[in-house]
Amino acid sequence: MITILLTLYWSFLKIGLFSIGGGYAMIPLMEAELITIHGWMSASEFLDLIAIAEATPGPVSVNAATFAGYRLAGVAGALTATLGIITPSLVLLLILSRLLLRATQNPRAENFLNGLRSALVALILLASFTLGRSAILDLPTALVFGGLLVFSIWKNISPLFFIIAGAVLGLLLFPY
Amino acid sequence: MPHQYPEPANKISLWAILLTFLKVGTLTFGGGFAMLPIIYRETVERNNWVDNQTFSDILIITQSMPGQIALNSSIQVGIRLRGTVGGLVAALGVTLPSVLILMAIAAYFYPQFKDNVYVEAAFYGLRPAVVALIAASAVRIGRQILLGWNGVILCAVLLITAIITNVHPILIMVAGGLAGLVICKGTNRR
Repeated sequence: MITILLTLYWSFLKIGLFSIGGGYAMIPLMEAELITIHGWMSASEFLDLIAIAEATPGPVSVNAATFAGYRLAGVAGALTATLGIITPSLVLLLILSRLLLRATQNPRAENFLNGLRSALVALILLASFTLGRSAILDLPTALVFGGLLVFSIWKNISPLFFIIAGAVLGLLLFPY
Repeated sequence: MPHQYPEPANKISLWAILLTFLKVGTLTFGGGFAMLPIIYRETVERNNWVDNQTFSDILIITQSMPGQIALNSSIQVGIRLRGTVGGLVAALGVTLPSVLILMAIAAYFYPQFKDNVYVEAAFYGLRPAVVALIAASAVRIGRQILLGWNGVILCAVLLITAIITNVHPILIMVAGGLAGLVICKGTNRR
């Protein structure tokens, strides 16, 4: 039990520490830790997890950490995973806030972040490709994916819109 | 150290901070950027805890550091109001609703409903919708960043490296950041 809690804490600490650059930076990290390295869940369970984390109030990654932690090790797992994902924010902001302020004003930090964002585009595209293989199975699911992606490029829609549209279209198009 | 900010004239109670961020954590859907307008409304407009300039400073730090956008901005507001304890209380407030709600779902609702045919149908549509959401976020970051050839080539090289080597995403991100330092050297000097 202690071993799994420590592993959970360390995994979510890494996810929290490297979720930099906005957007869904956490997705490739969670995919690597939860699916590839530890085999804690399948790709479609992972997508369910993100859907539930999006559909509930609060920060998405905290929601995802709590849910994944609970499924793996009950209440202790939920608390451990959540603590892991918020530790980097707490430590950096409470202890290093002055240093951090100076670092963000350094032009080199901006260059580093720009390079990191290029990496993020690559990683998030790759993650959507690998996850897509277990979600886009037939014509209806391909239409949901393509339709929402094109619509979101054309108009700036909120994450909640994706979730509501996905659930409604799923109920309408599912081959019962 | 965190006490660099002047304390506001009238000290704000920790209870007020906790209650406000509990409200933020309970009422905001969609996470990240979707939560910012509500944090702004609660801390700048309704309570006058921080001014516009401070809030935009908070956003700049939030976007260039690790962690979650909503969490990082809440902690920073808390620190500015009541130092370290204020930051901890803000973090507790914004996180606690998530923890309670998601534990309830994981413990009771998910096991009970996951085999229901309508829930299965909803997830049948939710999964490709989530993949679209993830891909859309790559498009959004890409729009800001892949304007020059440098960014496009770097992105392509890292994508190929990630596919071939299958290393941990952290290594790809660090490699991207270091490449950014080298490529942008001299071109982005203020």
